[in-house]
Parts: sequence; C-alpha cells; structure tokens
Amino acid sequence: MIRRYRELKKRGVLGLNARNACYIMPHNPRRYYPLVDNKVLCKRRLQENSVAAPELLGEITSQYEAGHLSRKLAELDEFVIKPASGAGGDGILVATGRYEDRVWHGSGGRLLSLADIEYHVSGILAGMYSLGGQVDTAMIESLIHTDQRLREIAPEGVPDIRVILYRGIPVMAMTRLPTRRSSGKANLHQGAIGAGVELTSGRTLRAVMSSRLVDLHPDTRCNVVGFQLPDWTTLLAIAARCYEAIPLGYMGIDLVIDQDHGPLVLEMNARPGLAIQIANDDGLGHRLAAVDRLDSPETLSSEQRLDKGLALAEANWGR
Amino acid sequence: MTRLIHWLALALALITVGLGIAVYKHRVLGYPLHSENIESTWTVQARMQITPGSGPIKATLKLPTTTPGMGQLRENFISRGYGLTVQDAATTREAVWTVRRATQRQSLYYQGVFYRDAINQRFLPRPTFPEVPSLEEPFQTAMLATVEEVRRQSADIASFTTSLLGRINSSAPTEEMALFLNSPDYRGQRVRIARVILAGARIPSVQVNGFHLADASRTQPVRWLAVHNQREWLFFDPATGQMGMPENFLVWWVGEDPPIDVDGATLVDLIWSIRRNELAALDLAEQRSAIHAGWLAPFSLFRLPVQAQSVYAVLMLVPVGAFIMILMRNVVGLPSFGTFMPVLIALAFRETGLFAGLLMFTIVVAVGLSLRFYLAKLHLLLVPRLTAVLIIVVFLMVLLSLASHSLGWEVGLSVGLFPMVILAMIIERMSIVWEERGPSDALKESMGSALIAALAFLVMTLPLIQHLAFVFPELMLVVLGLTILMGRYSGYRLNELIRFRVLARSSP
Repeated sequence: MIRRYRELKKRGVLGLNARNACYIMPHNPRRYYPLVDNKVLCKRRLQENSVAAPELLGEITSQYEAGHLSRKLAELDEFVIKPASGAGGDGILVATGRYEDRVWHGSGGRLLSLADIEYHVSGILAGMYSLGGQVDTAMIESLIHTDQRLREIAPEGVPDIRVILYRGIPVMAMTRLPTRRSSGKANLHQGAIGAGVELTSGRTLRAVMSSRLVDLHPDTRCNVVGFQLPDWTTLLAIAARCYEAIPLGYMGIDLVIDQDHGPLVLEMNARPGLAIQIANDDGLGHRLAAVDRLDSPETLSSEQRLDKGLALAEANWGR
Repeated sequence: MTRLIHWLALALALITVGLGIAVYKHRVLGYPLHSENIESTWTVQARMQITPGSGPIKATLKLPTTTPGMGQLRENFISRGYGLTVQDAATTREAVWTVRRATQRQSLYYQGVFYRDAINQRFLPRPTFPEVPSLEEPFQTAMLATVEEVRRQSADIASFTTSLLGRINSSAPTEEMALFLNSPDYRGQRVRIARVILAGARIPSVQVNGFHLADASRTQPVRWLAVHNQREWLFFDPATGQMGMPENFLVWWVGEDPPIDVDGATLVDLIWSIRRNELAALDLAEQRSAIHAGWLAPFSLFRLPVQAQSVYAVLMLVPVGAFIMILMRNVVGLPSFGTFMPVLIALAFRETGLFAGLLMFTIVVAVGLSLRFYLAKLHLLLVPRLTAVLIIVVFLMVLLSLASHSLGWEVGLSVGLFPMVILAMIIERMSIVWEERGPSDALKESMGSALIAALAFLVMTLPLIQHLAFVFPELMLVVLGLTILMGRYSGYRLNELIRFRVLARSSP
C-alpha cells in the first residue's frame, strides 16, 4: 500500500484531497462558482465573450410556466431539457424527434408524452437534481447532432471532449465516448469510455472503461485508440478562450462537435474529475507544476496561453 | 507560506491547549480517566459531653486548619441552643460555643469530612529560633549534656532528631535521659522531652496532634513531632523516630494545649470517631478544582442542571463522530449521503443499539424505497412526494415497534426516536441516485453511510470516549485542532490507491 502511495506520488497523480486543497481552493474564487454551476448564467457569459455554445431555446423558472410547456415545445421537434444547476449529467431529458402531436421520441427508444416532460420539469424546478436541493431552473437547449466524423468511435449518444485548463493553459484532455452500458451518457462513472488525447496532435492515446484499459469500443469493436479528433486546434482554441469568460484557475471545459455548428462549449466545471489521469496514463501533478513555473500566465491572451500549453506539452512538461 | 504557518500554529496551539488543560485536570486536580474510579473520604467527629455549672458556658474547640496532604470537603456543627462563632486566624481556627444558661448535660458535635489532596502541602510558617530554655537543675545539665552528645553523633537536623528520639525510646536510656523519663513532669511525654532538648539545641519544633484515618468508633489523637530544618517542616513519629508523614494522617491541631477548653461547665467526655466513606473520584476532583483552580469551575459541565447534562453528554460526542466522518471520507474515501447524515444516524443508533439500528435502517429504507418507486409512477410533485415518503416511514416505524413489541423484543420501541426525517431524505436521495446512476452507486453510497454511521456509533459509545468527552470538554479543542490539520491533508485517499492502480503499475 505504501509502495503504491509512493509510486503514485512519483508519477504526479493528483488525488481528490490534493486537487481540492492545492488547486481548487487557491485558484477558484467562490464568486465565480454560480457562473459555472448555473448553466444558464454560464451560457450567457460565454455568449458575451463570443464563445460558441448550444443555443438556449427557452427557460422555465416556475411551476406555473411548467404548465404551459406545450406552447413552448409546440414548434420544437427536437430539444434537450436539463436542470440549470444539475451535476454529473443528472436530470437530462432528450427528445430526438416528433412522434405525433405532444409525443416525442426519447433516448433509448422511449416515447415521451407531454405529461412525462411536465413531470420531469417540475422535478427539476423543485430542485431534485440541483446540488443541495435548492429550487432550480429548467432550460431547453437545442439538440446536438454529433459530427459524423466522430461516429466512428462513438456510434451512440453525444461524445464530448474534456480539456483541463490550469491558469488558462490547457494541460490535459480526453474524450468521453458513450456506450450502450452508459445508456448514451458521456459519464465515466456509468460506463462510458474515457480516451486520453495527446494535446499536441489531438490523437487518442489509450482508452479506459470502468478503470480497465480497452482498445476497442465494446458496442462496435472499432478501435478507439490512435484516432485523430477532428478540428483539434479549434477545440483547444475555444477551450482556452473560456478562461476569458470565467477566470477560474482550475477548471474542466466540456466541448462537443456539432455537425452544423462545429465545436461548441457544452458546459464548464469548477471541480473536474480526476479519471482523466487514468485515460492519459499520466498524473496531472507534473503538468500543473510546469504551469506554475511560468510567469503569470493569466495575463496572456488566449492564443498565447494555448501556444504556451502546446510548447510545454512538446517539452514533456519540463521532465 | 504564512498561511501554512498560521494553519499549523493554530492547529498545534489548539491541540496543546486542549491537551494541557486535560492533563492538568487529570494529574493535578485528580479528574479520573474512568468513571468508576472511587476515592475515600473520612468523616471525623468530635463529640463533647458537658455538664453545665451555674453560670454561662463557653466551650472552645480547636479545628483543623493546616492539614498537609489533606483537604476539607465540608464541616457541620451540631449544638442545640448554643451560639456558635468560628474564629479564624492565620494558623489556628477555633469553634466557640456559648450559652448563657444551660440546665442539663449536653452534647456538642463537630463533624469534618476530609479527603486526600496532594496539592495542599501548607503547614505552619517558618518559625524563629527558640531560646535555650532554662530549667532547674539537674535538668538543665542533663539537657545540655544530651544536646552535646546527640550533636556529636549526628550530621544534620533530621539525623539529630532521629537520634534523639532513639535515645528517648531506648530500652536502656542514658542517665540523663532517665532523669527526664522518670520525672513526673515529663513521664510518658516523649514529644515534650524531645522538644525541650531540641530547644536546647536551638532547633524549632512543634507538637502536632492528629489522627491516623481509619474506621474507629472511639479513638484518641496521636502526637507527632514536627521539626523545622530551615527549609521545610519534617515530621517524626515520636514512638519510632521514623521521619515522614504517613499517608492518611490528618493534622488536627498544633501545640501542647488540649484541643478543647470549657469555661463554666465540666467536660465529661470527649469522643473522637472516624468513619470512612466512598465518593466518586469525579466529585472529589470537582471539589479540588473549585478550591485550587477556580478559573476552571465555570467551564465544568457538572454545573448544569442534570437534564441539560444528559443533553450535553450526547452533544459532546458529535464532534467525535464528525471527526470519524472526516477520516472515513477524506482519508479512506468512503462515499456517503450528505456530510453529516452518518453522524446523525449514529446518534440515532444510540437509542436502538447497533444491530437493531442497522436492521431497522435497512428495513425502513428498503421498504420505503420500493414504495417510493411506486409513487414515482404516479408523477407526484417533489414536496408532496417527499411528505408521502415521510408518512410511510412513520408508519413503518410504528409497525416495526408493534411487531417487535408483540414478539417481546423491546428494542423496537425506541425506534420512535430514530430521526425519521433523515430516513425520509435518505430514501428520496437514494431513489434519485438509483434512477440516475443505477443501483450500484445508490447501494455504494448507502452502504458507505451505514458503515460510517456504525463506526461512528462504535466509537461514540465507548465508555472511555463518553467519559472523556464529558469530563474533559477541553478535549474538543484537540478534536478541532486535528480537524484543522486534516483540513489541509492533501495525500491520497485509500480508495484512490485502488482507483489509480493502473497508473502505479505502468510506471515508466
């Protein structure tokens, strides 16, 4: 046990305690938390800084409005309803197409009636999915159509790309591929694949599913390792720009690639998980330390920060 | 860096202060580490029987004041119809009973309760050198000769006294000593002989009168000899010449005068009796701290009314449970519902016992959860649904209590104090986790909660912990200090060693 402890330390693996005490506490001022924890505020902030994000189609803030959902949804064939303050992808309802009047196709071949949706929305409003159970807002967002080029490694659901930004500099990235086991969700806890991405090239390094190394997608048997992500430089550039919108020192940016709109910022996370280290077969510690050796990277422009990050990655983070 | 120092200093200061006070209370004031500790106290009673004369009566009794190694718990005076005054002086204390006219034989009582108190070493102040007494011949010559002889054979005041007492007690006394021993003034008065000769050597000494504390219905004071060697008082047993005050010796008064003086009446009898009582060490410690550490007294939880005491006895355990919670979550990495829910469950276990508590927790949560899934199908709003779950929980608990009662299993009855709101919240939270992340996460979190609660319960019900938390509330500062220390623990959690095992193995 003690040997493993030392081994992990040597590899610079970041634990939850260290992440919270050494990076989140000193670098993430609490006043910015509402901006990332509330997806509506976050989206607004991103818009002001002209960072592309999925379109907000509507907002429901009271049970009264929930009763009038039918009017809001009348013209929509496809949409996503999610809690503004949800965590871990909980409480997301997806309608992928209209089945008949007031009935939509849901995920997993389910049919969604208007009553189902109203019930879900009132649950969101009552704070069922929010942190701490406070009253919440439900948001209607446009549905993301995942870029066909990603379909090769993610046949189902919405794969996303997570970039860890430390003091504005991208330090680590991975892509999360939904599987049938994760029921279409890009959540590693629920069985999605996490594949580490080389920062300099945008190529997947290795893939992990439920803490096990995998090469093939379990649903399609396609190789997910060594895959070149499309639009990689744009993705990184957008991620770096997020720091201007919300200057949190340590955060995770979740991006998706839409078929029509290109790379979009799905959400930002002030407490990004640590599984990304397993997917990259590398600890975050050394990379974060390398950034700390830079001279106040916060003052640089997003392009400069991106270049710094790539240069550090090229130099193997000064090791 | 300054923040780091600040943090460390604060935590260490809290721990040191807390531990310091606790150690002081234990070592010096005698607060016991176990609740069962018992110490002895002694009730010494002086009973005076007097037959009144024709005029007013005044009876004076010397009371203990300077009692090295002993403390006084309380005292009582019983004297019907007499006026009582207690005269306090620096080294003497007297009770004076007075009455203008008394007609029949009467008893006056004094009772003092004494306990061992090692801190109290107060005795008489430093005396002056006595003058060499002038006695009539042949005593004067005998005294000077004895002084001369003993001085030759001794090194210091202690050995002088021992040697002198040896001569007095010798079966074949010297000629000079025999003179003293056979004279009517000194016969049987070893202490007086010793004091005269000590004065001849200009060594200050006093006669000490007191009791060996042991059960006795009728006893007499014992005379001891105290000699001052210019640094401290030394005590000698005049019968053996041994130095040192024995344990459980209570000094009552000092000097050669009798302890009682009666004016205007005849003292028929003076009876001393001693009775040993047992008292919880805790009560005695409280007494000692009231005398020696008055600043501590306001912080004692024993000052609260008994009802409040029992509340605080539980409340003081919450920090302990919460600290275990910290260890389980930040060092081991067990998942749990909410931050303090396991501690609250552990408190609830106190009412039911661990096994019954866990069983009820499981039954109530399992049944409540399945009913909640049924309710979910009805599409109820959140708050009414939560309330429905709560009502179901109450029903379940009533049913459990009734069932266990009819089975003659009385534990079930105390379930009523189980915090049902917490149970209802757990059921609701669990059902959401169940729906959103699947049963494995929900079971993991609830097992984690139950495990932490069980652990916290086991620690919180240790008699030692309960006793320490209540008697030494300052230990809470230690828990706070440790908590602050844990607040910056940035090492791995135990479960992370497993989670990141892939990274440890594939080390380059």
